[in-house]
Amino acid sequence: MLFVLLRLLPGDPANALLGVGATEAQIAAARTQVGSDQPLLTQFVSFVGNLARFDLGTSFVSKASVLSEIGNRLSVTVPLTILGFLLAIVIALPLGIIAAVKADRWYGAAISIVSQLGIAIPVFWLGILIVTIFAINLRLFPSGGFPLKGWANFGEAAVALALPVLTVALVIAASLLRYVRSATQDVIGSDYIRTARALGSGFVEALVRHGIRNGAVPVISILGIELATTFLGAVVVEKVFALPGLGSMLLLAIQQRDYPNVQGVLFISTLLVLLIGFAADLLQRFIDPRLRGRAGVS
Amino acid sequence: MNQISIRRALVAAALLGSVAVAPLAMAQDYDANATIRIGSLYEPQNLDNTAGAGQGINEAFNGNVYEALFQLTDAGAVEPKLVDSYSASEDGLTYTFKLKPGVTFHSGDPLTAADVKYSIERVTAEASKSSRKKSLSTITGIETPDDQTVVITLSARSISLPYNLSYVWIVNDKATDITASEDGTGPYTLGEWRRGSALALARNDKYWGTAPTNGEVIYTYFTDATALNNALLTNAVDVITSVQSPDSLAQFSGNPAYTVTEGASTTKELLAWNDRVAPFDNVKVRKALAKATDKAKLLNSIWGDYGTLIGSFVPPTDPWYVDLTGVDAYDVEAAKALLAEAGYPDGFEFTLDTPDYDPHPIVAQFLQAEYAKVGVKVNINIITANEWYEKIYKAHDFQATLQEHVNHRDIVFYGNPDFYWGYNNPEVVKLIADSEAAATIDEQTAKLTEANKLIAEDAASNWLYLYPQIVVSAANVTGYPVNGLNSQFFAYGIQKAK
Repeated sequence: MLFVLLRLLPGDPANALLGVGATEAQIAAARTQVGSDQPLLTQFVSFVGNLARFDLGTSFVSKASVLSEIGNRLSVTVPLTILGFLLAIVIALPLGIIAAVKADRWYGAAISIVSQLGIAIPVFWLGILIVTIFAINLRLFPSGGFPLKGWANFGEAAVALALPVLTVALVIAASLLRYVRSATQDVIGSDYIRTARALGSGFVEALVRHGIRNGAVPVISILGIELATTFLGAVVVEKVFALPGLGSMLLLAIQQRDYPNVQGVLFISTLLVLLIGFAADLLQRFIDPRLRGRAGVS
Repeated sequence: MNQISIRRALVAAALLGSVAVAPLAMAQDYDANATIRIGSLYEPQNLDNTAGAGQGINEAFNGNVYEALFQLTDAGAVEPKLVDSYSASEDGLTYTFKLKPGVTFHSGDPLTAADVKYSIERVTAEASKSSRKKSLSTITGIETPDDQTVVITLSARSISLPYNLSYVWIVNDKATDITASEDGTGPYTLGEWRRGSALALARNDKYWGTAPTNGEVIYTYFTDATALNNALLTNAVDVITSVQSPDSLAQFSGNPAYTVTEGASTTKELLAWNDRVAPFDNVKVRKALAKATDKAKLLNSIWGDYGTLIGSFVPPTDPWYVDLTGVDAYDVEAAKALLAEAGYPDGFEFTLDTPDYDPHPIVAQFLQAEYAKVGVKVNINIITANEWYEKIYKAHDFQATLQEHVNHRDIVFYGNPDFYWGYNNPEVVKLIADSEAAATIDEQTAKLTEANKLIAEDAASNWLYLYPQIVVSAANVTGYPVNGLNSQFFAYGIQKAK
């Protein structure tokens, strides 16, 4: 479907390649070269054939292998996503639980309000704000970019990712926090906590022994979705911080009608999102034995 | 005002050739092994200028990694580079070039005539996407009588041959895969390259010419002008090759930590009439609307104090420049009178096809307001770059359009009646054709100066303004090119104070 939609877009990659000064003959030659003169079906069959061999082709524009370029870009996007996400959990989990347990205290309410604000703020705006404060005013971190040698230059690469990771983390934490809070509220109000407390457990002990496992199940399915969203949403953060990630590759490829690159990025992204969903499912089953039984039935 | 005149003086000095490189290179000690970090918005798509790599590759590689037989200097002059001496036959159809001895490629291979032949044929080849392909089409044969001699035969005189050859990189004929690697003769070799991020050039210690005044150059690429400016503010880059947003200049100008220079660009903002169709086939109408445009106000509203007004398509760095801003100076009453004379006392209505990216939509709105004052109604039709190409450039299906033209020495477009704007003055067509067949540079310059005056008199198009070329650097960095002609950014003279 991606394949057809892309090609329905107006604009021929041959034109995009050549620019304004091109002659008809040059355009025809470019069409033959990129294959956009072939019938759609022929293009599609060769695309699927190559996909099966995991050959994503070479870029129309850069002439580089799509797969190796994606690999290169993932070395930025994957750490950005995962670190941002882990930091989000570290922020959201305790704060979410506090917000639920201490909802009647001022700081519980404050956490809820701030998280609401966090959801309302657009990512790019938060990114710019963070750059202004931490890079331009305080000069603590670089405002953007990624070292030329990548992770071979580990220290610089880690520093380069600090602000982007923080930006991703704050955005995700804001929405995650609300799920954690409502899951915790459900758990607090549940029969098993009341029973555990009646049997003599302290409140915290009851929460830790029984609450976390029960509360975790809905939170994990949300986590799976959030992780996928983070991965796909990294494009905005990459743009603000001038990071050579998968998102910036996709944006450029779309502008240039570089179909092999667009298809390659979308294919790999889809694959990764499916994998994340699958992993979240597995984790839920591991935590909740009831889900394992259900799996056998379906 | 003072500041402006200083900048103008700098431009003038650069034009005279007395200041080839930028600003006020102070007599201070520099670090000969410094890393110069250059921030740019133009990432090359690949490393081959005949494979659609974009202007970014000229910026990074021209004169730095690859050299040509001739070099277009930052002041606009064409000087021999890999050519030691050359001569042309009496009829101007045969050129003989002697190569500089002792030049080697980065791979260690010596430069030979065969490499030159291979390099020119790479540009003129069927599959080549070089913008210079057409201008080299008069070449009918390239002979290599010995390793140091190249003989080029032409089907017609071509006075611009040395200039056109300045666009032809000399590449080792044994080099493979030059979309992702290089083998040139320049003062730098390609270092690390990370797509989407940065490209490094390392000093070539075996360089045949004068050694660079720095040890390494890193071009860092941004897609967002704000991110690029932030990089300079936080000392992540040393110099920005071309500032595209006037608003951002406020944070640099007036701050002693930075140097802002304005050079002469070749990018012209153009209101192109379709000279084939009424009412724009009438020279009086075109002149009337030229007079009805307050270009000084337009330029100021977009670029503040920067940029230059032009009276024709020719920027001051072209040898056939003359100041023609007085030909159709701003005069609303004269415009109204001309319109009445042309048979439009109550004005008329036309559609302005406007590309959807900056600065065209703002310019279109400005023109709409200006022309309303003389009774002409402008309907703005926003189109994409691709639509522009299909509808206007190819099909000529338009009344008027906006476009920026970036090339150096592109007045020759007015000698082609089939070009999108359809200007057809046989006298100009002949002058431009004859100029290329001229026997001397002086004759060529005289003919093109004449053509330049004629297109201005005819108001062939409405030339709105010349973009400024603004370079901003940290104050401790000097010696970079200020004009950036043909998007070049020679890095070998850049110095960083210790």
